[in-house]
Amino acid sequence: MGILEVRNVNKSFGGLKALHEVNLDVQEGMIHAIIGPNGAGKSTLLNCFVGKLEPDTGTVTFNGRSLLGIRPHEINQAGVSRVFQTPEIFRDLTVLENVMIPCFAKRDGSFELNALRRIHNETDIREKAEQMLVDVTMAEKHDMQAESLSRGDKRRLEMAMCLAQDPQLLLLDEPTAGMARADTNATIDLLGEIQDKRKITMAIIEHDMHVVFSLAERISVLAQGTVIVEDTPDKIKGNAKVQEAYLGGTH
Amino acid sequence: MYGLNRKDTVLLLIVAILVAAAPLLLNPFPDTSAMGKTFNAGYPDLMQRFVIFGIFAIGFNILFGLTGYLSFGHAAFLGVGSYAGMWMLKLLSINVIPAILFSIAVAGAVSLIIGWISLRRSGIYFSILTLAFAQMAFSLAASVLTPITGGETGLQTSLNDPRIMPGFLGGGTVNSAGNIPAPSLLGMEMSESFILNVGPWAFTFNWGYYICATFMLLAFYIAIRIFRSPFGLMLKAIKSNQQRLNYTGLNTRPYMLTCFVISGMYAGLAGGLMAAMDPQVGAERMQWTASGEVVLMTILGGAGTLIGPVLGAGLIKYFENIFSKINKATLEAWFGVFPDWMTDLLVTLVYPFIGKGWHLTLGLIFMLVVIFLPGGLVEGGQRIARLFRRGKTGAGALKPAE
Ligand SMILES: Nc1ncnc2c1ncn2[C@@H]1O[C@H](COP(=O)(O)OP(=O)(O)OP(=O)(O)O)[C@@H](O)[C@H]1O
Ligand SMILES: [Mg+2]
Repeated sequence: MGILEVRNVNKSFGGLKALHEVNLDVQEGMIHAIIGPNGAGKSTLLNCFVGKLEPDTGTVTFNGRSLLGIRPHEINQAGVSRVFQTPEIFRDLTVLENVMIPCFAKRDGSFELNALRRIHNETDIREKAEQMLVDVTMAEKHDMQAESLSRGDKRRLEMAMCLAQDPQLLLLDEPTAGMARADTNATIDLLGEIQDKRKITMAIIEHDMHVVFSLAERISVLAQGTVIVEDTPDKIKGNAKVQEAYLGGTH
Repeated sequence: MYGLNRKDTVLLLIVAILVAAAPLLLNPFPDTSAMGKTFNAGYPDLMQRFVIFGIFAIGFNILFGLTGYLSFGHAAFLGVGSYAGMWMLKLLSINVIPAILFSIAVAGAVSLIIGWISLRRSGIYFSILTLAFAQMAFSLAASVLTPITGGETGLQTSLNDPRIMPGFLGGGTVNSAGNIPAPSLLGMEMSESFILNVGPWAFTFNWGYYICATFMLLAFYIAIRIFRSPFGLMLKAIKSNQQRLNYTGLNTRPYMLTCFVISGMYAGLAGGLMAAMDPQVGAERMQWTASGEVVLMTILGGAGTLIGPVLGAGLIKYFENIFSKINKATLEAWFGVFPDWMTDLLVTLVYPFIGKGWHLTLGLIFMLVVIFLPGGLVEGGQRIARLFRRGKTGAGALKPAE
């Protein structure tokens, strides 16, 4: 029984079958990596979890509740946060404001006018946001405009925004892409620490095998829209099918 | 002060001082001089227009500047506010306060309905929906709703109005002289002025203007508070990346709708003040050109900035006034120092841009601003300020403009 269960998911774009009978179980408290060559359908799969795409057939359940047919903000309220492949941040706002927004957002998403409150008086929110920035080692950049950050920093900012929400399930689409080696290692440490401390379940798409094998407890390999193997990292390392998929031997 | 940080307090104070001193500042030339006749702007009705359109633009900017949703139908709320205010002046009391409050309330209710529907779409579709609603409101006011709006002739106070409130609260069908009473507050009519004569100068301190100005300062203060509130931050986030907000668990619709209604209420306030200053209103107040004008004001001044819309409104109304006053004779007088053929040439060249050609000039100014100063006049001011500060700091550029 996983916290996230994906059953027989199919998704086509016109004639292109992006996902074919995909099954996936993410166990609670685990870091589950989804790997596969470019165009394998990894991001498409995540899109089906957060309400960005609707699978043609199949089911996606989170904590026993179907995630299909409900809107993105409702999925997030159920406890699913996502870091996107191309950072989805508030580019015109400062780094600190970016993190303050999820801090302001009530977990149940309820509307609060707050028009008479003042941002600079919200010390609790500000402190929480500053702390999130410390966690992703971006504290000194809090006054910068998000637009002007490097690609790696944008992604770390997005991570801080998601973590500020205390999600139950964190979906990460290539969290270390565009990062320098040192930052990648820092991110590995950060994610490992979060998982130890807060027991957040994570599904992580990653091309960098160093990241995958440092973090993942379980790995699913996706190739051409199907899961070709799912196993522990050790078993995956020696798997011939995986080698083949990555060496471009598929067709 | 009053929940504002230092920078905002200073801004509010500067605006307050300028607005209070406007009757002096806008009449730099003696009234009878040639320059004074053309360039002075310290007349009650013009100054009232400055601040009333300032309110309209501040409210429009809360919607457009913060969320990026471009409404092309805001004149509808202005018109609704005017009609609502007029009815209070006719039925209840000639006192302007109930009229203005009712204007705000009715405009708020109408914007709730229009916003509820229009906000189902974003981008250009939202703009088109608001435009369609405003045009519908315009034609309804001009035809079907004639019993309420007076149709083509419009609505004005008359000798048959009930004005049911007791006399000391502004009630009464006629005033002591047997005429239609004029809108008033604290026993003084809107048109009452104190005229200060200093040598050849004459400065007009008008009661109606100061009432409008007080409302504008209040409106400006509230706008600052909204900009600096968590709600304002959410609105900026909607403009920046609405998708991310959805993936952060927020349904943006209640935020958008609240913002739209607040913005509509500002327009209603402006409309109510218009009715109070000059108790007559026609459907043309809801024309799409009026909706377009507030867009121009906001963009010209600087959308999303605090002071921009006020500047834009003031500038457009000022130029509209002087450009429409200049005529062929004025031009001939100005260019009279040149040889005849040159005077003729200059007059021929400039003539299309003045008087009725004012919109041509406005179009040109607007094009120049949008191309060279996309952030509006405020950006222009910031660029100049930066020239002076050059070398002192470099980090300021990283912060978004406010
Ligand atoms: N919205 C869409 N419309 C049409 N085709 C799409 C769409 N999204 C994805 N695809 C196609 O589906 C396939 C899978 O894309 P997807 O982005 O899921 O791959 P991926 O595994 O995330 O690859 P990468 O590692 O490059 O990010 C690709 O062939 C892609 O072109
Ligand atoms: Mg991808």
